[in-house]
Amino acid sequence: MFRDTLSLALKNALRNRRRTLLTVASISISLFLLGVLLSVYYAFYHQEGPPEQALRLVTRNRVSLTFSLPEYYEQQIRKVPGVRELVPSSWFGGVYIDNRPENFFPRFATDPDRIFEVYKEFTLPPGQLEAFQSERTAAAVGKSLAERLNFKLGQRITIKGDIYPVDLELTIRAIFEADVENQDFALYFHRKYLEEGLPQARRGMVGTFGILADSAEAVPRIARQVDDLYRNSERQTKTETERAFQLSFVSMLGNVKVFLLSICGALVFTILLVAANTMGMSVRERITEIGVLKTLGFTTGKVLGMIVAEAVLISLAGGLLGCGLAWGASGYLRQSQLMLSGLSFSPPVFLISLSIALAIGILSSLVPALGATRLPITSALRHTG
Amino acid sequence: MPLPLSYNLKNLTVRKTTTLMTALGIGLTVAVLLGILALVGGLEKALQATGHPLHLLVMRKNSLSELVSQINREAVSSIRNKPGIQQLDGEPMVSPEIVTVINLPRHNSPEGANVNIRGLPPMGIRMRPNLKLMEGRWFQPGQREVVVGKSIARRYVNAEVGDRLRFGRGDWSVVGVLDAGNTAFDSEIWVGLNQLATDSNRMEVLSSVLVRAADPVSLQALRNALADDQRLYLEGKREVDYYQEQTASAEPVKFLGIFVAVIMAVGSCFAAMNTMYAAVARRAREIGTLRVLGFSGGSILLAFVIESLLLSLLGGLIGVLLVLPLHGLESGIGNNLTFSETGFDFRLSPGMVAAGVGFASIMGLLGGLLPARGAARESILSALREL
Repeated sequence: MFRDTLSLALKNALRNRRRTLLTVASISISLFLLGVLLSVYYAFYHQEGPPEQALRLVTRNRVSLTFSLPEYYEQQIRKVPGVRELVPSSWFGGVYIDNRPENFFPRFATDPDRIFEVYKEFTLPPGQLEAFQSERTAAAVGKSLAERLNFKLGQRITIKGDIYPVDLELTIRAIFEADVENQDFALYFHRKYLEEGLPQARRGMVGTFGILADSAEAVPRIARQVDDLYRNSERQTKTETERAFQLSFVSMLGNVKVFLLSICGALVFTILLVAANTMGMSVRERITEIGVLKTLGFTTGKVLGMIVAEAVLISLAGGLLGCGLAWGASGYLRQSQLMLSGLSFSPPVFLISLSIALAIGILSSLVPALGATRLPITSALRHTG
Repeated sequence: MPLPLSYNLKNLTVRKTTTLMTALGIGLTVAVLLGILALVGGLEKALQATGHPLHLLVMRKNSLSELVSQINREAVSSIRNKPGIQQLDGEPMVSPEIVTVINLPRHNSPEGANVNIRGLPPMGIRMRPNLKLMEGRWFQPGQREVVVGKSIARRYVNAEVGDRLRFGRGDWSVVGVLDAGNTAFDSEIWVGLNQLATDSNRMEVLSSVLVRAADPVSLQALRNALADDQRLYLEGKREVDYYQEQTASAEPVKFLGIFVAVIMAVGSCFAAMNTMYAAVARRAREIGTLRVLGFSGGSILLAFVIESLLLSLLGGLIGVLLVLPLHGLESGIGNNLTFSETGFDFRLSPGMVAAGVGFASIMGLLGGLLPARGAARESILSALREL
């Protein structure tokens, strides 16, 4: 019974091959775009970072990231119960070779003895950690960064300061690797080396503190307690989960959420129009035929099911093709765009895209199908294209 | 002999639903393209309007923005003594300034956005062209008072005259709203230089110095003089260039917008093709009849291409109507260089509307060409025999 409907639907879909092909192409292209945009949305707003991230917090100056914190906060924060380890880090900024975006990468002044204690997902080959820690001008770079800029162990690089009036002469002594692709796109160097080059008045300040908590349950309490410590001080702090800290960069771009969602909305509506239009056209051409089918004893429900099944077949074919394209494109974007390093065409996005395709199939065919099947047999038979 | 245009118009109105649905699909594609162009256009306009052609923005060498630049106070007096600076009431037009960023909650997003704070002396205010106070008064020296740009006043919490903003070492009263003529300064908060210097503990280290040259020749001379002074380690950039460079922060949005629009256009093109193939199929006998009457294959081709074009023009029109309400809408976008948000109004220019309509007609043309060729090539006999 059901198989009959399906095989009839398939035959109908293949009857006007050109039309079906064009519709499938149109739907797949739109769904490909939808899949990519949803993946971007998902990467920005819903994705979990590495499991270690759930245990980490970031403390910064409450006013904004451009203000710093005194380094002595470190000892006080360390005493907050539940804090296992913490590490200061300062965004160095600066210029490597020139201002071209290809040569841009994040550079942090940090404590070499503790950075890899807090960021446990970074792994180093044996011996390199010691090499990085024991040399004042040593630098550690992430594997993805080393590959992009062709950094080798032992290479010397110069970074000209802008935020800090210091030029760094660094030697690469370690290449670390994260288990998640592109998460290791950064350079770390000794904070002590930076401090030596600074005028007296500017020493002793830190951009942010990365905190590693004992347990995930302790995280919200630590955030509260750290901020309470400095509630009445001149430099108040804002402590949040590392995930929230990263999201604040996304929100800095402006209202990306509304931007992405409105494009997605326009897209879904366009696909619906395309699909409904095609189904409307095919049903209209077949009204006489529907009359014949009903004369032969096909029930209204069966004819309806046949038309809806045809539309669903077409839109699902388009959906699957589009998802495949989106999967490929996401992989490419993840490799090539730093901002999108967390991008992946994940199972939830796949399911959402396919459900949208399914819904479009049903919605687009329902109105023309209902109209055609409700027509009395006699007037259906008399109908001319 | 070409077929009359009314033939095409009537054909489009016979199948109203199909025509409207296809046009709406094209319209949405055009709307996405125009929406993003309006966003980028608005931002570019705000940034390009900022700056005076005779102004030189002096920053530390290699600094990409005022935010990361540092200039010692002693350097300011040596800049002041350079030749070629315009005078105003016997005073050189030189404005040492401090720029920092604070995070403020916005009306529709509690996590807030970064906002530029600029500390500047009275001369700095006098040097900006087209500046006026919309409301309230200027800040008084020695008082914890600020004047906010009009874009800030409208889009952020607690930023209207009479409100208090909290940053640095305490509260600041908002005493005025500034209209900087839709420039980037509309997205800034201005305070007295010394007040900000004390508050942020930056008595000696300023961000930048704005200088007005007497004429274009002295502007270049000043630039050279600064570049040659190894001791100062400063460089001068034309203020207009500085803001022009910031338009680059709209590039990713522009790229994304055009990418999305082109892909949607391919989809809409297929849809238009479908509609036109159906129109050709439906009218096979009619086409045969027209050929018998003496219309050539070429005029049939032309007729169907025109019909497809009309369809897409209708779509383009719908697209323009859809984005029209966006025009003048206020928004903000993050700026990579200043690390803060630049406010702007969506701007739809006649050129963009033309581009949108042109974009729609390309879709129509590409979508209509193949079906029209099919119609023109069909032999008269088989066309007439078709049911």
